[in-house]
Parts: sequence; structure tokens; C-alpha cells
Amino acid sequence: MTKTIDAVQDQFETFQILSEDGEVVNESAMPNLSDEDLQELMRRMVYTRIWDQRAISLNRQGRLGFYAPVAGQEASMLGTHYALDKEDWILPGYRDIPQMVFHGFPLTQAFLWSRGHFQGGQIPEGVNVLMPQIIIGAQIIQAAGVGFGLKKQGKKNVCITYTGDGGASQGDFYEGLNFAGAYRANTIFVVQNNRFAISVPVEKQSAAKTIAQKAVAAGIEGIQVDGMDVLAVYAATQQARERAISGEGPTLIETLTYRYGPHTMAGDDPTRYRTKDLDNEWEKKDPLVRFRKFLEKKNLWSEEQENKVVEEAKEDIKAAIKKADGAPKQKVTDLIGFMFEDLPFNLREQLEEYTAKESK
Amino acid sequence: MAQMTMIQAITDAMRNELKSNEQVLVFGEDVGQNGGVFRATEGLQKEFGEDRVFDTPLAESGIGGLAIGLGLTGFRPVMEIQFFGFVFEVFDSVAAQMGRMRYRSGGVYTSPVTIRSPFGGGVKTPELHADSLEGLMYQTPGIKVVIPSTPYDAKGLLISAIRDNDPVVYLEHMKLYRSFRGEVPEEEYTIELGKADVKREGKDVSIITYGAMVHASLKAAEELEKEGISAEVIDLRTISPLDIETIMASVEKTGRAIVVQEAQKQAGIGAFVVAEINDRAILHLEAPVLRVTAPDTVFPYASAEDVWIPDHRDIVDKAKKVYNF
Ligand SMILES: Cc1ncc(C[n+]2csc(CCOP(=O)(O)OP(=O)(O)O)c2C)c(N)n1
Ligand SMILES: [Mg+2]
Repeated sequence: MTKTIDAVQDQFETFQILSEDGEVVNESAMPNLSDEDLQELMRRMVYTRIWDQRAISLNRQGRLGFYAPVAGQEASMLGTHYALDKEDWILPGYRDIPQMVFHGFPLTQAFLWSRGHFQGGQIPEGVNVLMPQIIIGAQIIQAAGVGFGLKKQGKKNVCITYTGDGGASQGDFYEGLNFAGAYRANTIFVVQNNRFAISVPVEKQSAAKTIAQKAVAAGIEGIQVDGMDVLAVYAATQQARERAISGEGPTLIETLTYRYGPHTMAGDDPTRYRTKDLDNEWEKKDPLVRFRKFLEKKNLWSEEQENKVVEEAKEDIKAAIKKADGAPKQKVTDLIGFMFEDLPFNLREQLEEYTAKESK
Repeated sequence: MAQMTMIQAITDAMRNELKSNEQVLVFGEDVGQNGGVFRATEGLQKEFGEDRVFDTPLAESGIGGLAIGLGLTGFRPVMEIQFFGFVFEVFDSVAAQMGRMRYRSGGVYTSPVTIRSPFGGGVKTPELHADSLEGLMYQTPGIKVVIPSTPYDAKGLLISAIRDNDPVVYLEHMKLYRSFRGEVPEEEYTIELGKADVKREGKDVSIITYGAMVHASLKAAEELEKEGISAEVIDLRTISPLDIETIMASVEKTGRAIVVQEAQKQAGIGAFVVAEINDRAILHLEAPVLRVTAPDTVFPYASAEDVWIPDHRDIVDKAKKVYNF
């Protein structure tokens, strides 16, 4: 018995390209990326780190609303996303706002979503993303459906979905992998294993040594990746995408990562469940530090470039928040309008009632 | 007597039951080491050990199934659903399994499970955290539903819920967790499930309500008093089963009633109370029984909560309408 389990688990070694010092340790796996691509990946990670800092401070000033910090997970988020095509679909969780924004979802709307404004859910046409999912796991099985739909339409596109180490315990997770496998759907499942589901450590979620190995029972590909190594994350996703669009079915990607901040800004205190030592251990693996070292050795990144991105991010955020401030105050009558195509009697009456009430 | 917030009273009730009955187990997402996302289980793992108070993997359906299984093996599970909007994930366990265990086995097996869960608007959560879904539970045979509005009631009702041999859904309104303190005896006491409480006596109009709306109704009653209308406020406390006797006694006295709920209007507790009054007290009524509710949309986006959730002014208006009928 145990022998079978060990034999399976041992196959899931962590895929890595860059060491913590930014050295290439797996030359043969190096993805084919131009210098501009490499710089763009760095730019996005720096931009997102600054955005995260600003979002946290806006939240503390009471100007943002719901926010789930992302620092530490930039490579995992943006490396997977960089392998996508504009036409590919993203089914995100509440933390996956950076992937949405780099897929074309306007920053202003991301802020409005945080604030709980309906305009934050109005995805512009041509941006193939869904609203961030709050119910853990719900998006995973839907992603099997979108991936199956894309395949049926003969599209050379994929659906990627994200969840966390905790999310991988939901029934929907197993159903999603199984359905996508059964239909050989064009789906990529990403589990960002940041070691904690709010306070619960990943060791308490499952007896399995890796999350990647859960692909085996569903009969699909699975891979565990160093989620602090943006090149490894990109390469794994790019291969998964190739497989999916050539009819070889879905892939489960587990990225090993860490969130430096609290779970969300709504009162979580990580010191109750994490040690400073563990924080330090993971900060040494930082995805930005590592990739910066790699780029600097190739003369592809300078302090000047970095500062430019920092300024750009700050400006964008300032402008986006200002625009979000200008959004109209929400009315009950707006909400009633989104319930059905044709309003039934109760909502018609309530529309009248609230129109009168809200015009006072 | 100690002054406690509602959440402290809830923790106190669980501590009492963990102490008095070895079979009581407390579990759910983040309830152990972290003491719950609202700190409802603060200190309990430390005091009673991980055998009795433990974290579960992240899966509500798993938590529900586990509770049923532990119940069958002699334990008394107190499970937490981190927010009641996640009840959909565990609805089969609650409605189709726990609620029917006694019935399906002809009385041989039971599900003595207590399901604690925060809910309720006014605290600006992300979606599916704050919805008032008690109406779904109310329509589910075999399940009792408790919604306390004060720290005192919270403790006595939770102890009763845990001791009850049938499944009880115990809903904790987030807005009430820490908004005020009240006197709570340090020793144990129970409040019978299915018994309403008259929170304010009056003679002109009965306001029948539960949860956070009890406080909005009390505020409305004060305003009505200034206008010479004496309102009686009935806190249902247990919405399933309903305390018909207390409701009827009040309505027969006042001849006028309104029902107030934070939930949407369609098919809710309010509708059921109106129907019961209609069946039993029609000859005592001086006016139709009206409802104060939220509109029939999905629970609103955070920044629209203030206009969506009913408040004391809505209650005053409806009470006057009934009074002046
Ligand atoms: C169905 C459901 N259950 C519980 C929650 C509450 N909750 C929000 S985030 C979270 C932990 C998620 O952990 P993980 O999947 O590891 O993702 P991470 O937040 O670490 O990115 C929990 C329990 C929820 N939103 N939905
Ligand atoms: Mg996690």
C-alpha cells in the first residue's frame, strides 16, 4: 500500500529553472522568451508589488474595501498568466486580481469590485475573465465547463482557473479535475499553494505530500513548480497550454509560494499561526529579488528601469482610484434591474417603491 | 453578573458545554489555533486540546458529513460554517441528511448536531457572507433554527441547542457580535428552544421580529412612543419552531401587527407569521398584518447595504400604517 503512495509521490519533484540567487539551474527547460518578454515579466511583478503596497494603505485609510494581499505570489500569478493568449479565459479567485488586470480588466473596476460596487463586476467586452470568485472552489468546476466549451468550438484557446491550497480540499476541486479529464477539456488548473488557508497550514488539509499528485487519480497531467521562480511557472503553464490546445487534455499545476501579508485586510493576524522564522525563510526566496538578479547579470534591468515602473504604478493607481471615486452612488433600483430580463410583479412593485424612496 | 458581548457569551456557552459533556466536539475552518475568524472559539483549543477543538480541511460538505458521522458514533458535534452564505456547499448534509436522519431510520438514529454560523448585513463583507438565508432552513423539515439578539439569550440558547438531540442551526448576526454588552450570568443556564421573548411591552401594535431587527424595532418603538403609539416588540429567538402562543397572545391584545425581517420579502419567516396570524386571529385584527423586509434582490454589494437593509424608519412607517388603518 504505502509503496504505491510513495511511488506516486516521489514522481512529483519541484520544477525549478532559477535558483534563489538567480542562477539558471535547469538550462534545458529555459523557455523561449525574448529580452523584451523577460523585461515585461519583471515590469509586471514590480508593478504588482507596488500596487499591493498602495492597496494595503488605501484599505487602511478606509478607501478600498475588501482586499486580499498578493506580495510573495507575483511569480505564481503573473508567470502563469504570461503564458496565456488574449482570447484565453481566466476564472479567478478573490486574490487573483493582478491576472485579471493584465488580461485587460481596468484597474478602476478592480477597485470598484473591492468596494462592493456593481460596476466592479461589469467585465468589458472582449476581456475573457469572470468576476473574482468568493465561494472557494466554485470556479474550478466551471473552468472544466469553459475549457470543454472552447474545445467543442474548436478554439485553440484554454481556460485557466486559480485556487489555493485550501481550495484543493473542496469537493468542487476533485469534480473539476475529473470532469475536465473525462472530456479532455482545454483547462489548466492552478493551485497556488501559499502554505496556509487563512490560518490552517497545508499539512492539515490532506495526507497527500503534494497537491500536484491529485492529478493522478483524475488521469490528467500534474506538476509541482517553484512558485517563486517566474521562469519555471511560465514554462510549466506554457507547456500545459500547448498540451491543452493540441487535444491532450487538462493539467494541474501546483505552485509553491507564500503570501507575505495577512490573509485579507479584514482583521487577520498572521502572527497567530505563522512564525517569523517561516516568514524569513520564504522572503529569501522572493520572486522579484531572484528575477532581478537574473536580469541584472544579463544587463536587462537597472535601478532606473525599476524606478520608472514604480512611478508608473503609483500614477496609475492614483488615477484609477480617482476615477473610482467618481462612480455613481448605488441605488436599490439599480440592483433590481439586474435581477431578471423581465421583472416579475414583486420586483416591479419594489422598483416603484424604491424609485419614490430614492428620489426623496 | 459579568458584562459580555454576544461573541463572548457564545464562547462562554461552548466552554461550558465542552466542560460539562466529554462528547462535545467543536470543529470547523480556522476554529482551532486561530480561535475562529471572529474569535468565537478563542482559547478553546488551548483549554480542551486538539482532540476536542480542531481545524478541518477547507470543505463545508466535508464538515457536515463529518458531523453526521461523529454524531452516529456517540459524539455531540458543534460545527462551524465560517459564514452562512457557504451553507449551499453543505446543504445536502444539513437538509437532506441531518434533517431526515431520525425520520429515515424510524427514530433509531439522530443527528444531534449544532451548526453555528455568522450571517447578517451591515458589516460590508464580500458577497455570500451576510445573506439572511434562514428562510431556506425554515422550509426544511427536521431542522430547528435559532437566532439570538442579545448576549444573555445567545448563551442560554446555545447551551440548549448543543443539548438538543435534533439538528439545530444557530445563526449569529455579525452586526451584534461586538456592538454592545449585556449582563450574562457566569454559571450555566438554558433558554428553551421555541420560546419567544417580549422585549418591550405595548398595547397598540405588535412588532414581531428576530435577530438584528430586534434592535431596529426597539428603536422604532421609542419613536412611536413619542407619537403616542405603544408598540410591543416580540423577539422570536427561535424561528423554527415558532412560538405561536406568544405571538397570538400579543396580537389578541393589540389587534394590530407587523412582522420585521432583514431578509428579502419573498417566502420568508414574515410570510409564515402573517399566515399563522391570519389562520388563528383574524377576528381580533383591526388592520391587515404588514411586513417590513428587504427587497427581493440578491443581497446587495457592500456599498449599497445601507439603502437595502430595512431600518427603524421603515418600521415606524409600517407601524403607523397599521395603526392608522
Ligand atoms: C466555500 C467557502 N468556504 C470558506 C470561505 C472562507 N475563506 C475565504 S479564504 C479561505 C482560505 C482559503 O485558502 P486557500 O485556498 O489556501 O487560498 P489563499 O487564501 O491562501 O490564497 C477561507 C476559508 C469561502 N470564501 N468560501
Ligand atoms: Mg493558501
